[in-house]
Amino acid sequence: MGTSARAPHIVGIGQSAYTRWGGIQDRSQFQITAEAIVAAARDAGLPVSAIDGLTSFSNDSNEGPVMQAALGIPELRWSAMVWGGGGGGSCGAVSLACAAIESGQAEVVVAYRGLCQGQGRRYGRAAPTRTHGNFIAPYGLFAPPQMLALMVQRFMHLYPITEDHLAEIALSFRANANRNPLAVMGDRTLTKEQYLASRWIAEPLRLYDCCLETDGAAAVLITTAERARDLVQQRVEVLASAHGSGAGWSTGPLGSQNMPNDTYASTNNRRLAKELFARAGLTPDDIDVAQIYDHFSGMVLMALEDFGFCGPGESGDFVAEGNIRHDGGKLPLNTSGGQLSEAYVHGVNLIIEGVRQLRGTSTAQVADARTCLVTGGLGVAPTSAILLGRN
Amino acid sequence: MTDPANVLPLPTPNAESQAFWDACTDGRLTFARCTACDAVQFPPQKSCTACGGETGEASEASGQGTVFTFTINHRAPGPAFAERAPYVIALIDLAEGPRLMMNVINCAPEDVTIGMPVRICFEPRGDMALPQAEPA
Ligand SMILES: [Zn+2]
Repeated sequence: MGTSARAPHIVGIGQSAYTRWGGIQDRSQFQITAEAIVAAARDAGLPVSAIDGLTSFSNDSNEGPVMQAALGIPELRWSAMVWGGGGGGSCGAVSLACAAIESGQAEVVVAYRGLCQGQGRRYGRAAPTRTHGNFIAPYGLFAPPQMLALMVQRFMHLYPITEDHLAEIALSFRANANRNPLAVMGDRTLTKEQYLASRWIAEPLRLYDCCLETDGAAAVLITTAERARDLVQQRVEVLASAHGSGAGWSTGPLGSQNMPNDTYASTNNRRLAKELFARAGLTPDDIDVAQIYDHFSGMVLMALEDFGFCGPGESGDFVAEGNIRHDGGKLPLNTSGGQLSEAYVHGVNLIIEGVRQLRGTSTAQVADARTCLVTGGLGVAPTSAILLGRN
Repeated sequence: MTDPANVLPLPTPNAESQAFWDACTDGRLTFARCTACDAVQFPPQKSCTACGGETGEASEASGQGTVFTFTINHRAPGPAFAERAPYVIALIDLAEGPRLMMNVINCAPEDVTIGMPVRICFEPRGDMALPQAEPA
């Protein structure tokens, strides 16, 4: 593949245990995040002292320079954060790491996220003093399910997308989680009847259309091709990475007054997807497996269209035909169970699963997987994505 | 600190939005139009998103609009909204162009549809008033 000496590779992955909301009480969020970073270094076969860059996203409170001191990292050469809320910047944190690696500003960068929602303010509660909050909070919109329900409703109005298609997302990801002993929902099955009987959160989203609320931390370690050659793990190259946002999106569905009609019912990724594939020299047909940010089932359908796996409005038929199933689908999705059924670590768990697929160590392994798309949070701003390849 | 979910939240006007909220209190829904290129601005700001020019005097909306999208929210974000749930959160396109979030009130939530015509009314809250939508 003609990889240059500084081409970025993910060579280490690390995570804490994933538990239900409030399940981690004996250690702080900061502590389990530090432990995930240490685990990623150990997985790579590198000492923690080799790390010289830290990146995160979404106003992560586990600040890089504080983490540096806690881990005894001697020199920090890259300390960076992607703007935006939710998981929009998860793959953006990897793209920041890649920028540092490729430009020679750092050698070993860890992208990480830790979330113990039981230990602090519940995530996603907008403070009414926030600029856009003034036009939102008085109307009782505080949490991500309502924001994204507005977009999914419009999407289902424009296209032949039904509750059966939303259900297929929830059910196929749960089936994957049932193979993954580390998944929070690993031992809980889900039937179509249970799905349809579950309570409404914000129509058209039911309980099982919404991601879990969990405690956990996850980290990936990125370095140059040159260093990766000497390390223990199967190398996984970051073939392309990108983050950004389209015209008028502002904070996305929190500040939706200026979102253009033709991109409103979208994941805010159409331009990004084209550029991402072009930079990697790949097309959607070349992708063996994907981990698509599943905060809400309907947004995954939208992403299948925006990333070009099917045409506009065709995602319902695409999933109904069994294409996203692990057993026999042409594009198995969220093979660890995703955020609907493995854990909600703002998407870093999806990046880890992408790496496991290309190492051949997933519990829902796709045979001979060589390419994987991972996306960050959808329908927010900014959004982000990476293409991973085994070489 | 009071959890914002325990009281019905009020807007906190700033330098750009004070005039908008004052007009709402008077029962008028206003938005800015660019003096140079006529582009409509919302939320209120002093510079035009289309040409960078200065926005002019506030125009008054006719009060007619349509539902662009909506959700019936079943999970109240706290005690203050609990008695309203399930309630409709919608994006309303005003006839003049601006898009605002409102609740659709004075009708059954299940009667709301995308494209439905609405008219603007005002809900008193504290010493302010919120623009809201009701079936036209
Ligand atoms: Zn203008």
